[in-house]
Amino acid sequence: MSTATMQKIATRDGFGEEIVALGKQDPNIYVVDVDIGKSCKTTAFAKELPGQHVNVGIAEQSAAGVAAGLATTGKIPYVVTYAVFGSLRMCEMIRQEICYPNLNVKIACSHGGLTPANDGASHQSIEDMGVLRTLPNMTVIMPADYYAAKKLMAASAETFGPMYLRFTRDAVPVIYDEDTEFTIGKAHLVQDGTDVAIIANGDTVCLAVEAARELQAQGIRARVLDMHTIKPLDEEAVRRCVEEIGAIVTVEDHNILNGLGSAVSEVVAGMGRGIVRRIGVQDQYGMSAPYERLLAMNGITVENIAATAKSIAPAFKL
Amino acid sequence: MKNTSVAELKEIARDLRKKTVSMVYKAQSGHPGGSLSAADYVSALYFREMNIDPKNPRWEDRDRFVLSKGHVCPIQYAALATLGYFPLEVLDTLRQEGSILQGHPCMKKCPGIDISTGSLGQGFACGVGMGIAAKRDNKDYRVFVVLGDGECQEGEIWEAAQIANKYRLDNVVVFVDDNNLQIDGTCDEVMPNIDLGKKFEAFGFETYEIDGNSMEQIVATLDMARAAKNGKPKCIFAHTVKGKGVSFMENSCAWHGIAPNDEQYKQAMDELNGGVAS
Repeated sequence: MSTATMQKIATRDGFGEEIVALGKQDPNIYVVDVDIGKSCKTTAFAKELPGQHVNVGIAEQSAAGVAAGLATTGKIPYVVTYAVFGSLRMCEMIRQEICYPNLNVKIACSHGGLTPANDGASHQSIEDMGVLRTLPNMTVIMPADYYAAKKLMAASAETFGPMYLRFTRDAVPVIYDEDTEFTIGKAHLVQDGTDVAIIANGDTVCLAVEAARELQAQGIRARVLDMHTIKPLDEEAVRRCVEEIGAIVTVEDHNILNGLGSAVSEVVAGMGRGIVRRIGVQDQYGMSAPYERLLAMNGITVENIAATAKSIAPAFKL
Repeated sequence: MKNTSVAELKEIARDLRKKTVSMVYKAQSGHPGGSLSAADYVSALYFREMNIDPKNPRWEDRDRFVLSKGHVCPIQYAALATLGYFPLEVLDTLRQEGSILQGHPCMKKCPGIDISTGSLGQGFACGVGMGIAAKRDNKDYRVFVVLGDGECQEGEIWEAAQIANKYRLDNVVVFVDDNNLQIDGTCDEVMPNIDLGKKFEAFGFETYEIDGNSMEQIVATLDMARAAKNGKPKCIFAHTVKGKGVSFMENSCAWHGIAPNDEQYKQAMDELNGGVAS
């Protein structure tokens, strides 16, 4: 089935459902909203668990501080906003009050990558994962679909420490089911292959899967890894791609600088062999446009992934 | 709280001032000016007002102390050491490699620090988060936050203030240390803090304007703030003298962040020993 015909759900919906379930299980789970709860899908949490809900208004900086203060008393607060604000507007507060003291605060953001497509560049978040990846103690995650969002949310509540979780505003194909398991910091093997590796995360995993199918039709067997956690990176999974295959294409809905592709390249460079090609946002701002068009403007397409993979696959290289 | 007298608190403040000047002198680094302006209310909080247990720094029902203007941590370190959170000789390690006494307070290294601070404008919101937690957990601990007047130029201060008002945090007491000096000059020159006390009042705070270097006024005001369980967060707008207690440091922004030399140190200690301090 191609992505065009698959069921699609925004991963923010998976987040919104799971945070209610988590909050009911553990009264220490809090949501700190910044007046975009409706959009970020925390309305049900606010309604059902008002004693665990705080809305600080349009004040992201102090949302981070309030969350840090709550965390010092044993709460597990999730600050919920858009990715561009939850990473950049709050950045220094996350550094000083959350990451430096290593407090158990989660930043859970909708509108990751280019998915707030028609909102334009101000709301598209292309730098967030890279910026937050550089903060010590921080874990950085982007689930690929609705089910992965729910599973990784549940895992986040059980894992101590600062964490950034990035969700999509726009609907993305459902590629997993409720039995698929995910471990923070471990790549999820979507399919195995021996000719080329495609490492993707977030809303681009479905494109990688479809590209692998096209490659398969050409007799090229691609390994597809869902690298939902870019920090801590599953370095062992990357090393195995180099040792067993030798050629990696990374795909991400994020600036080509400092995101998944950079993280993977850092590991490969240390090995002194292997080749990496990075597909992602070409260090440029987006615009109001259909989501698929924005991806295409940056070469984040099934066709480009397949062509790039084929061009570096050791046995098929021209 | 403890029934420490005003006279005893004055002597404690003098002692903390001496420890602060010694610490900064030995480290040859640190922020003496703002530490000295804060000495009196810090003494009143740690040695009278706050419910704390130096033997159990993480006691969950303790009152919290948030030094949002984290650069004046020498005065807090002096108070913590005097109370026994760590040995007095540790004060000699301020800002040195491996010390628990970082240049700005680190909750992971130093017992008694409730939140790491040092980047101005940020501690207040953390204190507000603690205040919300106390309310939600039906606990009666309070949160004491110390802000600099220059620090109130940061926008995040006013975000935190409106949140404190919304959640009716009468368990949050903010000291605004109004010494009217910041690094580049007076606050009036750098960025006038127009009607700072009235601003807090406008944000829904019960505001008390006092001489922040008068122990009598500090203690009387803390008594009032403790009694006012009216849903309103408290602001003690404290006019202070930067460098208070050491004549050549008083009202001088030059002494914001430098250490005294041998001669200056001797003079400072002579003055503090001679009862110049409040």
